[in-house]
Amino acid sequence: MSVFMPEAASAQAVQTDQIYYVLLALSGAVIVLVGALLLIFSIRYRRGSKAKRGALPPIMSKEFEIGWTSATLFLALFIFWWVSSSQLSALVAPKNALEIHVVAKQWMWKTQHSNGAREINELHVPLDKPVRLIMTSEDVIHSFFVPAFRMKKDVLPGRYTETWFRATKLGVFHLFCAEYCGSEHSRMTGRIVVMQADGYARWLAAQPEGDGLAKAGEAVFRARGCSGCHSEASKVHAPNLNGLYGRKVQLADGRTVTADEAYLRDSMLLPRRDVAAGFEPIMPSYAGILTDGEIISLTAYIRSLSGKEDNPQ
Amino acid sequence: MTDVAINGELPLPREPSYLGAGHTVASWLGTTDHKRIAILYAATITFFFFLGGIAISLVRLDLFTPAGDLLSDDTYNKLFTFHGVVMVWFFMVPSIPGTFGNFLLPLMIGARDVAFPRLNLFSWYLFLAGGFCTLYALIAGGVDTGWTFYTPFSTMFSNTHVVAAALGVFIAGFSSIATGVNFIATTHMLRAPGMKWFRLPLFVWAIYATSLVMVLATPVLAVTLLLVIAERWLHLPIFNPDFGGDPLLFQHLFWFYSHPAVYIMVLPAMGVVSEVITCFARRRVFGYDFMVYAMVGIAVIGFFVWGHHMFVSGQSPYASIVFSFLSFIVAVPSAIKVFNWTATLYRGQIGFEAPMLYALGFLGLFTIGGLTGLFLASIPVDIQVTDTYFVVAHFHYIMVGGTVSAYFAGLHYWWPKITGRLYPDIWARFAAILMFFGFNFTFFPQFIVGYLGMPRRYHVYPPEFQVYNVMSSAGAFVLAAAYLLPPLYLTWSLIWGARASRNPWNATGLEWKTSSPPPRENFAVVPHVEEAPYQYHPEGVAPEHGGENYRAQGDQT
Repeated sequence: MSVFMPEAASAQAVQTDQIYYVLLALSGAVIVLVGALLLIFSIRYRRGSKAKRGALPPIMSKEFEIGWTSATLFLALFIFWWVSSSQLSALVAPKNALEIHVVAKQWMWKTQHSNGAREINELHVPLDKPVRLIMTSEDVIHSFFVPAFRMKKDVLPGRYTETWFRATKLGVFHLFCAEYCGSEHSRMTGRIVVMQADGYARWLAAQPEGDGLAKAGEAVFRARGCSGCHSEASKVHAPNLNGLYGRKVQLADGRTVTADEAYLRDSMLLPRRDVAAGFEPIMPSYAGILTDGEIISLTAYIRSLSGKEDNPQ
Repeated sequence: MTDVAINGELPLPREPSYLGAGHTVASWLGTTDHKRIAILYAATITFFFFLGGIAISLVRLDLFTPAGDLLSDDTYNKLFTFHGVVMVWFFMVPSIPGTFGNFLLPLMIGARDVAFPRLNLFSWYLFLAGGFCTLYALIAGGVDTGWTFYTPFSTMFSNTHVVAAALGVFIAGFSSIATGVNFIATTHMLRAPGMKWFRLPLFVWAIYATSLVMVLATPVLAVTLLLVIAERWLHLPIFNPDFGGDPLLFQHLFWFYSHPAVYIMVLPAMGVVSEVITCFARRRVFGYDFMVYAMVGIAVIGFFVWGHHMFVSGQSPYASIVFSFLSFIVAVPSAIKVFNWTATLYRGQIGFEAPMLYALGFLGLFTIGGLTGLFLASIPVDIQVTDTYFVVAHFHYIMVGGTVSAYFAGLHYWWPKITGRLYPDIWARFAAILMFFGFNFTFFPQFIVGYLGMPRRYHVYPPEFQVYNVMSSAGAFVLAAAYLLPPLYLTWSLIWGARASRNPWNATGLEWKTSSPPPRENFAVVPHVEEAPYQYHPEGVAPEHGGENYRAQGDQT
């Protein structure tokens, strides 16, 4: 970290800094221009000075005004185009990204790796590998902010938000909660530890044996009674979950949705919102019954039924 | 009463001034005189300004050290919330419209009062009621949601007096709406003969544009706060995701008001500065038409940029790009205004009396505030700096560097008209310069620490940010000292200041054609307007030294 610039430790950080520098240069130029004109006019045209007044030159007219209006407009449009075009390419995480689940609550960060390893207020990630964060909150809105990555995303209750990064520097970086969340908002901080890929693999292997997310999810699936209707042996007319994840689902009201994390979550908590075509809306809501952690494990289990379980190694 | 053209002098009224028209408390609290109501507003917002200032002084004192040794977490959170709520709704929003808008709008258009004088008084009582309601929330134990009242924190998790505070803001909102309606009606109905739309001083246009925004945007805030109160009191799940509510809905509604509200705060400032710069440069304003279009343009486009507060909130990235585009567009009219004010100085006869120093301060600080807005309109940079001190610095440059500087410019410019007294100019200039430097010391370091990543609303912070916070806190106390000076020398002038003539700055504008302070009915005769504003020099010829009206120093009668 220098005096004026934070450390740039991700691919995005370099891009953001480029835009920042260009905007700084541009703003500097405008400030110098306006400041210089103010200063020159204030001195030259101070009351009673000898400077020439008299008939105003015809150039100080409407054409002048239209000129700088168009120039400003053009400049604004140009910066917008330049900034947004660099933004669009970074919207979607690469397909091979490592997936990390984040659950925020007043006032801590809980992170979970695909093999089930958990951390609190800490996240270990490998160097140079895209990492996709799938985040939700148990209470109020928080915001996952890593200044060194120029990355920030709000974490909301009742839905998933996603963002991703690729760390390009080894080291330990600040994690802040950036959305005001109550008494200990300023203490809801943590560390992001960027390690070499092999070091990360060793670290991950050394974590206490947690069940894989999907395996934990399978246990929840039985314990919470989901299997009573959704298992193949069940006599209840309920959708079969094998191969469901990632598929297009036809809904009773004619819409079609993709069965992604958000859809699965809604189906557990608000089952009457998106009823699959051909089924009676008989599923009870599990809101207040399932914890966010359980929902994440269940989702991972349902994904594993489609053979889409991620393997971090 | 006869009509009199204003290119001659109007006869001075013989009745006592509005100040001398009654000396009882009832003559103030029951007044329907727009000028007295302006004074009521001035007293109230000054009270709130210093309350909000005390709250933030404690916060800045606490931020001298990274560990936050002085206050507890909760006290800290309540203090910055109090600062925000009070400063936004009980100082900034009513500041220039409530005081100078009330005092000057009828004078500038040659009217005897606003269109609905009793509604005008009612507005003030609503404002006062809202203020007391919010003050009650403070005294009863405070509010810790931040001025933004984000859900679901405000509706389901905060254990503080959210309802009382929100109710106060809700009530004060109706004061805004009533004032807006009043000013719109006044501008449409009560202009003096010959006062065509394009002969209106820019201050009147600014107040008119502001009133439109107040009338259109404030009802949305009212609804939003009602929903917060409904969820908190009646447990009606509007924002609660556990029952299918949407916490982001609140942010859309809130910013649909609160972004236009930024223009409620800054448009009147633009109006004030236009009056002051023309007078002290002795120049017609450069590009009058464009200045009008720019203000109306800002008021209209300002309604469509609210989503730039939500780039990291989880809203669709495609929506973010549209909001980014509109935010770049809304920067254009503001830039035009800065260029036009600068060009107005060209070949002027510039005097540096206190109002002009404040106005020039506005120009510099508003420019920096506006340019840093481009950073926030750029999505990747906004992702880094939103909810950090960069944003805090940006909006303080606009609201404090901009609007508060303009408020002081106006206060010093119209003080002789309002009170009939002259203040010691040397003290006023000193305060203006101190304010400018104190402001920059306070807020410039916040841009840097913001980009470095220091989140706003942080009570404790990593030690590497301390140096910037120490600078900022030290600057804040310089700024506080600068704010304490005007109350002292302006109060002094009320008792010992020399009497002001009708037009001490030798300014154009109808408000300067009547006595200082003006009588209850403003003018002895109905003025008849025959020319555009700012006739400081003949068309196309800059004011020569020693020529007519070249000096901002007026008659002594």
